[in-house]
This record gives sequence, structure tokens and C-alpha cells, in this order.
Amino acid sequence: MSRLEVLKTYKIYIGGSFPRTESGRYYPLKLNKKTIANMCLSSVKDFRNAVVAARNAQGSWSHKTAYNRSQILYRIAEVLEGRKTQFIAELELQGVSKKNAEIEVDLSIDRLIYYAGWCDKYVQMYSSVNPVSGSFFNFSVPEPVGVVAVFAPQKSGLLGLVTQIATIISGGNTCVVLASEPLALCAVTFAEVLATSDVSGGVVNILTGNQEELLSVFASHKDVNSILYCGDDAEKIRKIQDLAIENLKRVVIREDSNYFEDKHESPYLIFDFQETKTTWHPIEVIAGAGAGY
Amino acid sequence: MKKKHTIDFSSTWDLAPAPESTSHFKLKEQYDLFINGQFVAPKSGKYFETINPANEKVLAKVAEANEEDVDLAVKAARKAYTNVWSKLSGKERGKYIYRIARIIQERAREFAVVETLNGGKAIRESRDIDIPLAAAHFFYYAGWADKLDYAFPNRKPKALGVAGQIIPWNFPLLMAAWKIAPALAAGNTVVIKSSETTPLTLYLLAEVIQEAGLPVGVVNIVSGAGVTGSHIVNHPDVNKIAFTGSTAVGKIIMKAIAGTPKKSTMELGGKAANIIFEDAALDQAVEGIVNGIYFNQGHVCCAGSRLYVQESVFDVVVQKLKDRMQSLRVGDPLDKNTDIGAINSKKQLDTINKYLKIGVEEGAEMYQPTCDLPEKGYWCRPTLFTKVSQSNRISQEEIFGPVLAIQTFRTVDEVIEKANNTPYGLSAGVWTDKGSKIFNMTSQMRAGVVWANTFNKFDPASPFGGYKESGFGREGGLHGLEPYLKFD
Repeated sequence: MSRLEVLKTYKIYIGGSFPRTESGRYYPLKLNKKTIANMCLSSVKDFRNAVVAARNAQGSWSHKTAYNRSQILYRIAEVLEGRKTQFIAELELQGVSKKNAEIEVDLSIDRLIYYAGWCDKYVQMYSSVNPVSGSFFNFSVPEPVGVVAVFAPQKSGLLGLVTQIATIISGGNTCVVLASEPLALCAVTFAEVLATSDVSGGVVNILTGNQEELLSVFASHKDVNSILYCGDDAEKIRKIQDLAIENLKRVVIREDSNYFEDKHESPYLIFDFQETKTTWHPIEVIAGAGAGY
Repeated sequence: MKKKHTIDFSSTWDLAPAPESTSHFKLKEQYDLFINGQFVAPKSGKYFETINPANEKVLAKVAEANEEDVDLAVKAARKAYTNVWSKLSGKERGKYIYRIARIIQERAREFAVVETLNGGKAIRESRDIDIPLAAAHFFYYAGWADKLDYAFPNRKPKALGVAGQIIPWNFPLLMAAWKIAPALAAGNTVVIKSSETTPLTLYLLAEVIQEAGLPVGVVNIVSGAGVTGSHIVNHPDVNKIAFTGSTAVGKIIMKAIAGTPKKSTMELGGKAANIIFEDAALDQAVEGIVNGIYFNQGHVCCAGSRLYVQESVFDVVVQKLKDRMQSLRVGDPLDKNTDIGAINSKKQLDTINKYLKIGVEEGAEMYQPTCDLPEKGYWCRPTLFTKVSQSNRISQEEIFGPVLAIQTFRTVDEVIEKANNTPYGLSAGVWTDKGSKIFNMTSQMRAGVVWANTFNKFDPASPFGGYKESGFGREGGLHGLEPYLKFD
């Protein structure tokens, strides 16, 4: 007798828990007109809850030592490596060939390792001691912008998602991500990886649902510091830029491109979600001794 | 009973007037727009009067640019970019910028006096801060022009094209330098609009640019009110908008360019917290408070307008502060002994007076030192408010005048919470003699510039700019080049 398969319920990921959308709504994820899964159609309220979780997590995440953050990103990669087959199967379920699915999962793991390595290095890349004309120690360092709302790439369900999240959290930010609407399976499974990888709840929050519906609330929420949109819809970009003005969110637009390319590995992508802080302090001058930097 | 000591500074501290001479130059009666290397009459046909806010006398008439004038300026800048400036080597670009720096230094005294006449700021400040810093900015960025590849390794930096720049009235020449120097070093050409009330030093700068032999059209200077600015913002052939001014206007500009390929940097308002701990060197801290809020009549976006004093030293700090305020000299900006000059305009004085009224109505206690004010001109005594609460408008809103709102705190956590509880994030100040506390505080302030045991210090090598609603992008240092470049 053949065993009846247990189907997976795909939920969303907020503050380290896996609730269903509070709205109780869903959308069917289909391949060749056949339903693969019923995904949560997240609501405005889900988003707001996720922002609260992201805000609460932001302080402790950004104040972890860089070494610790680096190890946590490395840990995500480790756990993902251990669940490779599940991701490959899910990508196949969404129509990706087995060979391409394997490449995508491998690269997703390697990309996490790549950004794990930056956690305790990018600050040195962008910091400076500034030679001001006066007896002061003056230095500039990057600091995380805060909470980032993310419209993940629509055409890359795992690699694109992982790449974008890595550029944000490696720099000490927390985020609320709306997964690709048609390629949402891996996003939820990736949330399970995050939940078992020493990433504190709230650092990454993942919703599934409709971009159109959530666009305004993502762009206008007053407790979001930055918004990332991956895509090229001019009307959506204009709307995001317009709504983001209210609290001067930093708007980052990235093309929904080929995530297999090397250009997605760059510390400059981390810097898109950083502010620069400059600090001054006087240096004692006694009898023109000439101390200074 | 404890005896109360008050020092009557005015009794023995009268100084003879020491006005800076104005005989070494003559202002023109009329200033025309500076477009394509020439001073040209505006197509608008209109001129507006610019005055000395210290005596309300008209200094000169200045051309007002309309849409057609702005279009001519942008066309000149585009032509200069395409035909000349973009083809020049970085080294040659740099040499032109060095020339500008040098000529400003040579004409520094003239610049300082005109800046003071037109803006009302004390000559001590225009002479020692505004003008030297402006020259230093050009000198600093000149050296970057041929070194951009080192500033951004592996990114192949390229100029954007034509930069449209709009600057405020509080530091006219200095803000022009902050805008023009990095733009030119990065290889862009410029259309810049002066403020409505302080256009004169920009036209002196135009003379310097002519004198330096800069290719025509590389820098174009126009004047006018917000409408003129909107023509720059909305011009389709402008690649970048750099704005310094209020958060409200910054948002209007951003609305206008949303959905366009124009890049932007915004240097907007602030409401900086200046925090005094009980273990600070209090006399130095009091100097820092005074410099923080009364520098340039408080017309400073990064002014330390919210003072947080630890409860245990509140009485002594406020007393010292009041004594120090009594010794500040308010009056003729051209007098070398003047600390606080004239308020920049009637409009700004009205705004400040409105806030003084609001502060009193909200229940705060106002203090102003006794001092005589000149009869003519726009004046405001240095002012502080005690018994202020966090929700009072005088501790929430940017006043842009010599008005200090003082609150107390007990713990480090409390003051961090209070200091960061604002939509702004431009600057902050911390005063304590304990090193570990300094770094705890400076790392937790959500602000782009943090001064520890000092305040209101600026330098071309030091990046300046805000967090949150104080804007984005940096001016100064290597960081200040990035907003004027694009990358592969």
C-alpha cells in the first residue's frame, strides 16, 4: 500500500514565529495550471506586525559584535547546505530544471558565505580618519540605516532573495521581505533555515503575497528607514519614491537581474543600507606639542 | 542665607566700537545673472532689492531668473559639459579649482565684509569661518579631481553631467563652495541658485570664476525665490539636484523629481541635542552650548538647539550659561567685537518671535540677557527656555534662531531616548570627561555628525550630512564626491 504524502503548509515568518496571515486569505501557487501550494496572501496588518518585530530586533542585531554576526551568517549557510535537497526539490516543483536548481542552491550557500565574510570587514572599507585642520580626532564610520522593507526579486525565488537579504543583514539592519509572488516556496522554507540558524527572531521577516497590494504600505510606513525594490516597473518605482518622501526613506532600486553574475557580490551593495556618522573630539594641545592624527 | 552673586558684565566691559572698514571695495548697484561666463540681464526683466538686515538699507539690485533664464543657464552648462569640461583631464580640472581657492583667499576680506553686510552675521564669523572654510573647500576638492579612481576603487567613477544646486541664506558663500567644489572636481558642470536674501557673495564668486579663467558655462549663477529653484528642479536636462534648506522644501523637491532619473542629495533641517553630563568640564561645556546655539544667530541647520543637562548640575550650568549670555555682544555685525549679529531677514525674525511666543504660551520659562538693540534692523537677543517638556513645539521644531530649549535628565538611557526622539538626525553633542561614556553616547546618537566635547566644527575633509529626515548624502571628505558620480 502506498503511503499518503503529508503536504506542507506554507506560512509566513514574523518575529521568529510562523503564523498564518491574520487576514486568513490565500493565493494558489500554480505550475501548469496545477496548484502546488496555497500561500498566505499577507495583509497590511501582517506587514505592520513584521515592522514592529524588525524594529525590536534592530538594536540587538546591530549591537552584536561583527564577528558574531559573521558567524551567524555563516551558520545560515551551514544549515542551508544541510537542507539542499529540499530546496532543489522545491525549485524543481516551481519549474526549474534539476541541474539549474542544484546550481542555484549551491550558489545561494556560497553567497551567504561571501557576505558572512564581509560582516567584520566592510566597516574598515568605508571608515576614515579625516585629516581636519585643527586639533581634533575626527573619524567617519558606516552605521546600519535601520529597518529595511524589501520587495524581493520576482524572477529569482531563492538566489535573488538570499542575495538581497544578505546585503541588508550583514550590515546590521533588520528587514521585512515580501517574497516573489510566483516563486514563493523557497522563501518560506528559507525562513525555516533562518529560524534554526541563530538568527534572532525579527531580524528577517518574510511575507508572501501581492506586491501591488502592499506597495503603498511598504513605501509609506513611518518606522521603516529604507526600502529596496528589485524590478523595473517604472510606475511602481515612481510610486515608491513618492511615498518614501514622507519620512525620507532611503530608496534603493535594483534590477531584477541574473543573480548568477559576480556583480551581486560586492561590499558596495552592503553600503547601500548604511549611513555615515562622523565624530569629532578635541585633542589636548600643550605648548604646541603637535599631537594629532 | 546664601548670598547670590551676579556679575554685571555691562558695567566695566564697554568696548569702543571697532567696525571693519568697507572702503576697500565698492558694491555694484546692480548684479546680473552669471550665465555662460558673462553677466547678463535677465530675460525676466526683473530685479529685486537685497538689503543689509542690520540697518534695512538697500545694498544692490539683483537679477531674478525666470524659466527662460534658467533654461539658458542649463543649456550653457550642458554645452560646457559636453564640449569642454568632460574632455578635460582631471589634473587640468583640479588646477582651475585650485585657482578659485586662491583668488578667494586673496579677496577674503572683501568677501567677509560683503557676507556680513548682506547676511547680518558677525564679521568675526564671516572673516574667521565662512570665507576661509569656503576657500579650503575648493582647495580640498581641487586635489581630488585627478584622483577619483583612488576614491572609488574598481568602480570606474564618471561625472553625472549638469548639477542643479540650490543653497540657503545662512552661509551663502560657504554653501556655494560645499556644492560647487565637489561637483566640479567630479567633472560636472553647475547651475547654482543663490538664496533670496543673500545673493551678493555668489556674484563675487562669479567674478572670481571669471578671473580664474574657468571655461565659460562650467559654473552658472542665478538668483530668485523658490520659483526660480523649481525651474532648476524641473528642468529635464539637469542630471542631479543638490539642495540645502528646510526639510519641508526638500520634500517638495523630492516629490518633483520622483520617477525621474535625476539623482539628489538633501541637506535638510535639524534639531540637535547637546548633552551635558555632570562629569563634564562645565565651563568648556557652557562655551560649547553658546557656540552650539548662538553661532550665526542660530541660523544653523546643525545648531545645538535642544540642551539636555544632567539634573545634578542643572542649576550651576544654567547660571553659568546666563552669565555667559549676559556677556555676549549683540549689535553691529561689522564690529569686530560683536558676537551676535542681525537676524537675516524680517521674515525670519517673525518666525523666531512666533516661536518665542509659543514657548511662553506652552508654559516654558524664557530668559534673555539685558542688552540694548539697535533701532533699525532685525534683532533677537540670545534666548533660553527652561521648564521645557519633550512635547513642546520649541523642543520639536526647527526654529533657526538664537533660541535654546533646555531639559534635564537623570540617566544615560533616558537621555539617549530623548535625544533620538525626533524626526531629525543631523548632529548631536556630548559633554563628559569619561571616555567610555563618550563612545557609548556617540555610537548611540542617530545623527550624521556627533561632536564630543566640542560643537559646530566643520572641515572640508570631514563628511557632513544627516540621518532620517535631516536628509541624505554627505558633503565633505571623500564621501562628498560620491553624490556627484555614477559608477559602472
